[in-house]
Amino acid sequence: MSVVIDVLFWFLAAAAIFFGILVFKVDSMARATYALAISFVAVGVMLMIVNLEFVGIITIFMMVMEMAIMGIYMVMFMGMNPALMPMSMVHNRRWSGALAIGTFIVLAAGAVLIPWPARDGVPALDLTVSLGRALMGPKILAMLTISPALFATIVAALVIANPRGRYDRRGDDLKKRTPADPTRGGIGR
Amino acid sequence: MTLQAVLVVAAAIFAVGLYGALSQQVVVMIMMGLELMLNGVILAIGAFWWFLSPAPDGQVLVLVVITAMTVEMAMGFGVATLMHRSRGSDMTDSATDLSG
Repeated sequence: MSVVIDVLFWFLAAAAIFFGILVFKVDSMARATYALAISFVAVGVMLMIVNLEFVGIITIFMMVMEMAIMGIYMVMFMGMNPALMPMSMVHNRRWSGALAIGTFIVLAAGAVLIPWPARDGVPALDLTVSLGRALMGPKILAMLTISPALFATIVAALVIANPRGRYDRRGDDLKKRTPADPTRGGIGR
Repeated sequence: MTLQAVLVVAAAIFAVGLYGALSQQVVVMIMMGLELMLNGVILAIGAFWWFLSPAPDGQVLVLVVITAMTVEMAMGFGVATLMHRSRGSDMTDSATDLSG
């Protein structure tokens, strides 16, 4: 059983890294989002190997949906198909690569060289129940922080993404005779 | 499958994401880099949880990171929409107004 898990882990690890690299290699935006989704699915399954089924499933579902939305955004904003019309959309490639390799070396060296302590305790019988009890009990502060943060995100994202409307142009009471536009419109502006 | 092996894999995923976040010009591609970095963080937290301390705290931390990803995605899409509306472009190089 252990050998099977080892083989599965290394297969998933290779897939997660390979498709992660592929995200920044392919020309097509749709393929880039698919590659990222596969990388996330691989990590989600790796979480499920260490018995984190609930969190692993959440990661897979959320990321697949997110990548679907991201693909639509990419097509919407790019205005053309980079797979048919390849072009370079990167800057500072050399320094970015050097920094990424340096970060990997430091992190990997820390992971290998640090004498990690032995495991302390055993997992609960039902991990999902234990997570729910923790969130509704001693870890309620995390829940109380996450909820308003997500609500604030909804409001902030809408405010940022909304176009200038009549209230922006003519004030809260809509009584301003001349709209406050950054650039005046019409003839002779 | 050891803690060290999982952490090295997580570091590799994080480094690939870092390269993307630093080198890409399109806002949505930068978001992909950030997501990949958080992907590595999630894997590392899962490994720490399983190999060091399998208490519910680790699971709660993973949920907090997933929330951070959600917030990043929503705000990133908002910023991309705003940039596209105001500048007709979603490239970071056309939004350097505040650079020193």
